[in-house]
Amino acid sequence: MSIQVWTYIFVGLTFALYIGIAVASRTGTTKGFYVAGHGVPAFFNGMATGADWMSAASFISMAGLISFMGYDGVVYLLGWTGGYVLLALLLAPYLRKYGKYTVPDFVGDRYYSNAARVVAVVCAILISLTYVAGQMRGVGVVFSRFLDVPINWGIIIGVVIVYIYAALGGMRSITWTQVAQYCVLIIAYLIPAIAISMKLTGNPIPQLGFGSTLAEGQPNAGVYLLQALNDIHRELGLPDYTARKKSMQDIFAITLALMVGTAGLPHVLIRFYTVPTVRAARYSAFWALLFIAILYTTAPTVAAFARVNLIQTLNGKPYFEAPEWFTNWEKTDLIAWVDKNGDGRIDYRQGEAFAGKPVFAKEGGEDIRGQFGQLMVTNQLTDNDNELYIDRDIIVLANPEIARLPAWVVALVAAGGLAAALSTAAGLLLVISSSLAHDIGKRIVKPEMSEREELAWARAAAALAVGIAAYFGIQNFAYVAQVVAYAFGLAASSFFPILILGIFTKRTTKEGAIAGMITGMMFTLSYIVYFKTINKTAGAEDWLFGISPEGIGIIGMAVNFAVAIAVSSFTTPPPDEVQATVESIRYPLGSEK
Amino acid sequence: MPESTNRQAYWKANVRIIAILLGVWFVVGFFPGIFFVEQLNKFHIGGFPLGFWFAQQGSVYIFIALILVYCIWVEKLDRAYHVEEDDRGGGE
Repeated sequence: MSIQVWTYIFVGLTFALYIGIAVASRTGTTKGFYVAGHGVPAFFNGMATGADWMSAASFISMAGLISFMGYDGVVYLLGWTGGYVLLALLLAPYLRKYGKYTVPDFVGDRYYSNAARVVAVVCAILISLTYVAGQMRGVGVVFSRFLDVPINWGIIIGVVIVYIYAALGGMRSITWTQVAQYCVLIIAYLIPAIAISMKLTGNPIPQLGFGSTLAEGQPNAGVYLLQALNDIHRELGLPDYTARKKSMQDIFAITLALMVGTAGLPHVLIRFYTVPTVRAARYSAFWALLFIAILYTTAPTVAAFARVNLIQTLNGKPYFEAPEWFTNWEKTDLIAWVDKNGDGRIDYRQGEAFAGKPVFAKEGGEDIRGQFGQLMVTNQLTDNDNELYIDRDIIVLANPEIARLPAWVVALVAAGGLAAALSTAAGLLLVISSSLAHDIGKRIVKPEMSEREELAWARAAAALAVGIAAYFGIQNFAYVAQVVAYAFGLAASSFFPILILGIFTKRTTKEGAIAGMITGMMFTLSYIVYFKTINKTAGAEDWLFGISPEGIGIIGMAVNFAVAIAVSSFTTPPPDEVQATVESIRYPLGSEK
Repeated sequence: MPESTNRQAYWKANVRIIAILLGVWFVVGFFPGIFFVEQLNKFHIGGFPLGFWFAQQGSVYIFIALILVYCIWVEKLDRAYHVEEDDRGGGE
């Protein structure tokens, strides 16, 4: 059977499974809708958190990014795992003890003010919307590459599926579909990784193959994989794979900003409200990181394997001898070759082969081909010797073909990419709909509304949220993918400090919290906007303390802490009942079932 | 011991556990894989330069272990100060 038939089978089966689970776990109560009735065991909450957390970016893009960054990929690997330690130790148990439904709920109650609640709602929606647009785009891309469905239809199909299960059962349905989605995505990620590890090193465990020697029959057989990779890089005039390229302070800042940002993301935080006890909230964080680490320790191995394989298979090879997958993926704009020196061979060197993404030349709807049969690009060529354009996403998407795996594995990767994107999108949509229905609707606009009415609000808000997500996905703002990375900086400089101060101090006042959130957020946002839109030509020498916009959230966080503490010191202390609430969330005893 | 004194002592002990584990977290998260990566890369385990291994594998494993240590440690504390939940369900 062809890849496409297999993909239809896998995608059809998994979608039917998700809908089936959603129907079986639908709910009619607000507690069920917002926090799955506090009924999710820690082990399964860990799995659901894994799927919630690992998005299209983790599944499709991360290994590819690391493959081109080498050692510098540390920022994602540690930045996106280390945050779970902060979540477990500083936030999860206390938020669970507090027990209410949303993050703005906690902020509004702890800081005894609807103004703080509204600021928190704005932050939560801003962070979640930037994030969700990237997911919808990921769904569209998988549909278009594997199923020949136009991207926009792919987005609409994805949105409808997510809406069905988010609106039916809210958090309860989302949780159990996420458990299924975790299983699908991890299997889809591991099978090609194990296969390519076997092929290159003879070791079926990628984490060990990563440190092994190349197997018989491979070029450089007997040499350690990472050593071979460094040797190949030197021959091509590239820096060592295992060497640092960014400055150390920038790597430190980005890693820390991603860690703290992880601990401030509302869609991750609300997962800890869904478990029955404080103890289960702590164990959830453990299971979550364990399940996440299965993918996160595999990703750097895929990055290195694919890089060795890619360069050894392609560099210096005449185009007409290039493997079949090369020409297949050439058609989808993910890879391109320009014969700068006219020798008919694919030369891979330092630098970009041409400006931007490939735009292939066409005449009367037909592709124009060069003398060797290659697709011709119309992009402005650069004056370096590099002739090869490789999209980062190809590392995961084309991996099964590069490793010559059967068609069903390729189809499984498509289903895995969809699972990763849909599970994250669902978690984000719930944050947006609960912020609007619960924090704005129930807590501010109409406190007297019934549970039925609130559920209707929540479903309507979910419809609005998916509509906006689909719109962003279809518009494909070029900066969307980049903005996802900035969502972490925003979370680090808005929620994280206020939540920590709210739990660990009784003295932080509403004025302090509001001023802290606003200054932290504004600082980070202005820094990003300044360097990304107003002054694009500014380089590393213009950065504050040598920190790039990706890492600036860490300074935003410090600003937030400093302002909140300073303002609190000269404003009226919080009322006694608020101080009593802070006291009560510190002990597991008496958590609401 | 009166209830409130007991609880204050619990909270102090809890904060101490958090501080110790966060100290470990910072050291394992940033020292071997980032600050001292070049020095550690002079050593190898198998085909891995040691610093590189911490950066792309080792530190993640230690993070997982840290959370597990926290869960077990603080649970003991809960019981010592009698602030644990009645229903222990959902842990495993």
